[in-house]
Amino acid sequence: MKANTWAGRNKVEVRDVPDPKILNNRDAIVRITSTAICGSDLHLVDGYVPTMQDGDVLGHEFMGEVTEVGSGVDQARLRVGDRVVVPFPIACGACAACAAELYSCCENTNPNAGIAEKMFGHPVAGIFGYSHLTGGFAGGQAQYARVPFADVGPLKIESDLTDEQVLFLSDILPTGYMGAEMCDIQPTDVVAVWGAGPVGQFAMDSARVLGAAKVIAIDKEPYRLQMAEQAGHTPVNFDEVDVRSRLLELTGGRGPDKCIDAVGMEATHGSAHIAAYDRVKQAVRSETDRPHALRQAIMSCRSGGVVSVIGVYGGLLDKFPAGAWMNRSLTLRTGQCHVQRYMKPLLERIERGEIDPTRIITHTLPLNEAEHGFEMFKNKQDNCEKVVLKP
Amino acid sequence: MELTATTTIRKPAPQVYAFWRDLENLPTFMAHLEQVRTTGERTSHWTADAPFGKDVGWDAEILEEVPGEKIAWRSTGNADVPNAGTVRFVPAPDGVSTEVHVVLVYDIPGGTIGKAVAKYFGEEPHQQLDDDLRRLKQVLETGEVVRSDGAPWGKRARKEFPQRPAQPLSDAELAKGADA
Ligand SMILES: NC(=O)c1ccc[n+]([C@@H]2O[C@H](COP(=O)([O-])OP(=O)(O)OC[C@H]3O[C@@H](n4cnc5c(N)ncnc54)[C@H](O)[C@@H]3O)[C@@H](O)[C@H]2O)c1
Ligand SMILES: [Zn+2]
Ligand SMILES: [Zn+2]
Repeated sequence: MKANTWAGRNKVEVRDVPDPKILNNRDAIVRITSTAICGSDLHLVDGYVPTMQDGDVLGHEFMGEVTEVGSGVDQARLRVGDRVVVPFPIACGACAACAAELYSCCENTNPNAGIAEKMFGHPVAGIFGYSHLTGGFAGGQAQYARVPFADVGPLKIESDLTDEQVLFLSDILPTGYMGAEMCDIQPTDVVAVWGAGPVGQFAMDSARVLGAAKVIAIDKEPYRLQMAEQAGHTPVNFDEVDVRSRLLELTGGRGPDKCIDAVGMEATHGSAHIAAYDRVKQAVRSETDRPHALRQAIMSCRSGGVVSVIGVYGGLLDKFPAGAWMNRSLTLRTGQCHVQRYMKPLLERIERGEIDPTRIITHTLPLNEAEHGFEMFKNKQDNCEKVVLKP
Repeated sequence: MELTATTTIRKPAPQVYAFWRDLENLPTFMAHLEQVRTTGERTSHWTADAPFGKDVGWDAEILEEVPGEKIAWRSTGNADVPNAGTVRFVPAPDGVSTEVHVVLVYDIPGGTIGKAVAKYFGEEPHQQLDDDLRRLKQVLETGEVVRSDGAPWGKRARKEFPQRPAQPLSDAELAKGADA
């Protein structure tokens, strides 16, 4: 089959690879009908996540049709022919983390738990197409994928919603929603979201759905800010204005009640000398992450507020404003999304028309053109917001 | 050499105990074992897996068994690598899970076998036992040892990196199986 693979730093390549096979009893094989490129893929391609290997199949946002199930798959839950959206964290459904609905921390699905434990203190769940640190599972930017614990995670789509309407239940819609949910939003809250990428856009929409009084979008790409504005959010361009002052203006000096970091470890910065400091440290690997957005979110948030982090961090960072965090009673919440927890309720919101996930799709390409898709998405060319690939 | 490791398994102690007490189950999760054969009420014969030492085998006997709580064993006779082990099963505070506490003691000899065993354990010997217990947890909680494309060989999923790429296996690779 054809699959998009990691071919070294800054390089992806569509190659012919073997078709996936059942390796565990509860696996299913899914013929992929739609898949997407994510900001998390950029961290892999840019070389900031360790344990990638030449030939690793990328992709963790995918859906399709079940073509084969292992002998241990509960037929009451999943059968050949079912149309499914596959959540990006692989979860067993039986461990203590799964019982607590902390699916992205599943204790059983990462065969390389030993590597993850060294980096993170405790292991994390397996994730499709997302380095060997999270298990070494082939991803979904491909014609077919093997899906372990297929009777636990995948969500059956039984209505006639299009792929485009439901595909993002695999990751970014639940992720944006979890980012907003962690904020414990009150009707009086002003919520500021750093990053107007796909994840940020869905965090903004979710904050509104959860009742925020005002939602602010912070980015530097005019077209992304415009997209947020069209959806009813207030844009702030960090290339043009000082973010903290603008936020004070927009909130009568209080600062946003809730702040969401939807940028992560590759943030860029308006102030050249700080950006340079982090770039150098990151380049020589004495700091793995560039946390500008996170720092700014902590400094901007009103006292007693919540800073919710859904942008991905991989390792270590410098100049963490612990003083602001501690002295001003801020709450810091975070996590890789526990996608399985949110798929059904969000599917219902899509069915009721409360959220329109298709609004962020700017490009649809054949899988063969994945390389071009990555280039546009990474370099913000052609007003690219989200790329859907068709195998 | 003494190794200790512990894990928590979301199953009641009698079930975890029963699985372990059937010593023939040990090779499903312990990487260094090829086979354990029960030879009597308290006696058994253990065979090592190739990376641990080819053609290495020994007899063992159970020294102590407290149902649902504890099992202790040791090798007997002229074992190539004299060893002993204890496992305790302790109900976890959540009321549903069981803490498994393992201590293994190896008397590593000189010569070729000693070298093979030392190589097997490598620089971080406890890692092997940690991984064994992770697989025990997988087997008891989910039914089998979890495989990925990068680490497709179950208990032969060695900790080393690089692995094979995270890309589906060809039929030939699948048929050939793990490198010894
Ligand atoms: N927690 C999870 O489970 C989860 C799931 C999916 C994605 N993510 C992460 O979410 C983040 C966003 O993903 P995406 O797909 O939207 O990526 P993206 O790269 O398209 O979006 C990031 C946006 O942040 C903007 N940005 C950069 N520096 C900034 C700064 N200092 N202030 C404000 N904005 C800044 C960029 O211009 C860009 O528009 C990534 O880190 C991704 O890995 C997390
Ligand atoms: Zn993603
Ligand atoms: Zn689990």
